[in-house]
Amino acid sequence: MTTNAIEAEGLWKEYAIGLPDARYDTFYDVVTSWITAPVQRLRSFAGRTAESERFWALRDLQFKVAEGEVLGVIGRNGAGKSTLLKILTRITAPTRGRITMRGRVASLLEVGTGFHPELSGRENIFLNGAIMGMMRREVQQKFDEIVAFAEVEKFIDTPVKRYSSGMYVRLAFAVASHLEADVLLVDEVLAVGDAAFQRKSISRMGDVARRGRTVLFVSHNLGAIRNLCSRAVVLEQGRLMFDGEVREGLALYEKSFAAPGAEIDETRFQGTLGGRLRIEELVCRQRGEIVTVIDPLMELELELRGTSLELFPVLDLKISFFRDGTFIASCHDTAREAAMQEGPFISRIVIPGDVFRPGRYSVGVGAVASIGLWMWGADVAALDFSDERGGRSAGRVEGLIAIPHRGERVRG
Amino acid sequence: MKPRRIGSMPTGDSYWAHEHVTVIEPPTGWRLLDWRELWAYRELLWVLTTRDVKVRYKQTVLGTAWAVIRPLFTMVVFTIIFGNFAHMPSEGYPYPIFLYSALLPWTFFSAAIASAAQSVVGSATLVSKVYFPRLIIPISSVGSGLVDLLVSTAILLLMMVWYRVGWTVNLLAAVPLMVAVIFIALGFGTLLAAITVSYRDFSHLTPFIVQIWMYATPVVFPLSVVPARWRWLLYLNPMTGLIEGFRSAFLGKPFDLLGLSVSFTVAVVIFAAGVAYFEKVERRFADII
Repeated sequence: MTTNAIEAEGLWKEYAIGLPDARYDTFYDVVTSWITAPVQRLRSFAGRTAESERFWALRDLQFKVAEGEVLGVIGRNGAGKSTLLKILTRITAPTRGRITMRGRVASLLEVGTGFHPELSGRENIFLNGAIMGMMRREVQQKFDEIVAFAEVEKFIDTPVKRYSSGMYVRLAFAVASHLEADVLLVDEVLAVGDAAFQRKSISRMGDVARRGRTVLFVSHNLGAIRNLCSRAVVLEQGRLMFDGEVREGLALYEKSFAAPGAEIDETRFQGTLGGRLRIEELVCRQRGEIVTVIDPLMELELELRGTSLELFPVLDLKISFFRDGTFIASCHDTAREAAMQEGPFISRIVIPGDVFRPGRYSVGVGAVASIGLWMWGADVAALDFSDERGGRSAGRVEGLIAIPHRGERVRG
Repeated sequence: MKPRRIGSMPTGDSYWAHEHVTVIEPPTGWRLLDWRELWAYRELLWVLTTRDVKVRYKQTVLGTAWAVIRPLFTMVVFTIIFGNFAHMPSEGYPYPIFLYSALLPWTFFSAAIASAAQSVVGSATLVSKVYFPRLIIPISSVGSGLVDLLVSTAILLLMMVWYRVGWTVNLLAAVPLMVAVIFIALGFGTLLAAITVSYRDFSHLTPFIVQIWMYATPVVFPLSVVPARWRWLLYLNPMTGLIEGFRSAFLGKPFDLLGLSVSFTVAVVIFAAGVAYFEKVERRFADII
């Protein structure tokens, strides 16, 4: 008889989403709001929130994960993946339903949580280990292994605020991945570090899975899901759409995901242009087809779709690319500043092939209309480049980005 | 087949054992504190506490000397204002000693409450990213004040030698008194920490509460300046009995046992109430922080 490491029954999660703040146009409004706002707020705390202010992030999820199984969870942004992980890790509680888990549970939700910049690498290993529920003795036993894995031997007594971002994430991942657990919950962490470290991380996850641990793996890295997982579930708007074989699940996901284009996470925008310019979707095309996983060697067309709520005589729109938190470059849709008409718009840029490296890039979108009138959203979407290297060795696709170049080798 | 456990697992901690079953269900109102879980995370408590202590004086020129300078400086300022200018009575003892014996627990108490109140909000990233018993956060922020407390206790003991106030057996009472102060600080601190998560108003309110509380406690003045028929009012404040207790401990006066027993009882009640409220609401923290 196989025992289940995780059993979820009728899982629901409801979030109360606040209403947007009222606008205050006059001084009088502001002053009266001092009196009315607290009263309204008290009222909303006392009474039940209206139906429209609530949102079901998970609806009746039901699934089981057998001991030793590696389950991949896929779904678009907002499908409920993160909520599910947060409930499984007990960060937040479900509204209804029940989960039973057997054994020691560890999570790699966001690496480096609780790292303190002033403390040394050594001190942070113990701090981070303790936060994740490791005993000091356990950390001590694995200390050398962790340091070696992170490749930070020389800097182990340097405060981590002096670390490069690469060293930082390597150390963080190293601590997290050396936690001995029966059930491992993993979210996206493989998207850290350079290509070489990502491969190392993925193979480490593979080791964990082979050692008979139960793993629940949430990722946008479809290649990693394909390689690591034995089963997949697809979430869509908080519901379980599919539960079964990985290949089938990925096919379904790619079909449902590709249709309307990748959504932009609009909550991440800040700035004074918010509400006057909306940026809603980022579509990636290669050879005219919408793709979710991009071939790094092929020309890529990025299409930003949105709506302008007014006419801007001058508006500069840019797409910026980041890798591991490092800003790489920005692209503009127009060579000079140009007007933005009212209504829906499509802004398009084309990037030649063999510029991006395999793995994930984060996308930021910004707009400037005039001094003081701007918006910027970091990490509003992500681009996933497939691991196909066109026959090249792994060492040949390192670095943040490729530089177009020529080369030759002649007899000297 | 069950995965084999390698020898590296900590033994004797059944909480982390392979057989441990975790059940996750919707929160159901009041619940009992899970001591077993808290105990399993004791090392995290220690690590967070020492982190706060280590970080506090990093990149300062004077470093840990601040732990000595701060209480001394406060004592000098208060002595000048209340002792020299206001001629506050001090029951025949040198005013600096009279003041400092009360300032010592009070400084710890007020700092503990202030930092505990902000602790959960200040650890927002931690709370929204990892699970551990949330109670560890305010407890560790109260705990990290203990180092400063030890330093200022040493200063007081030296000052007593300087002012020729003898050390008596009464000093031993300072330990249980301190435990009671810690209990009140924990209870009140966790309560404020939990409320501040929902109502940030308390970030602004807490300093006032602490300040007013100080003047409602015989720290800079002796209890004897309060008319006898109003004194019971001050005794509703559990810190009154404890602060007076500290004076008796350090100055070698007789203890007011009735007042102390009231204070100890109130301390336990405040602790239980604060922790209970915190436990009731802690599962919502990640959603609203």
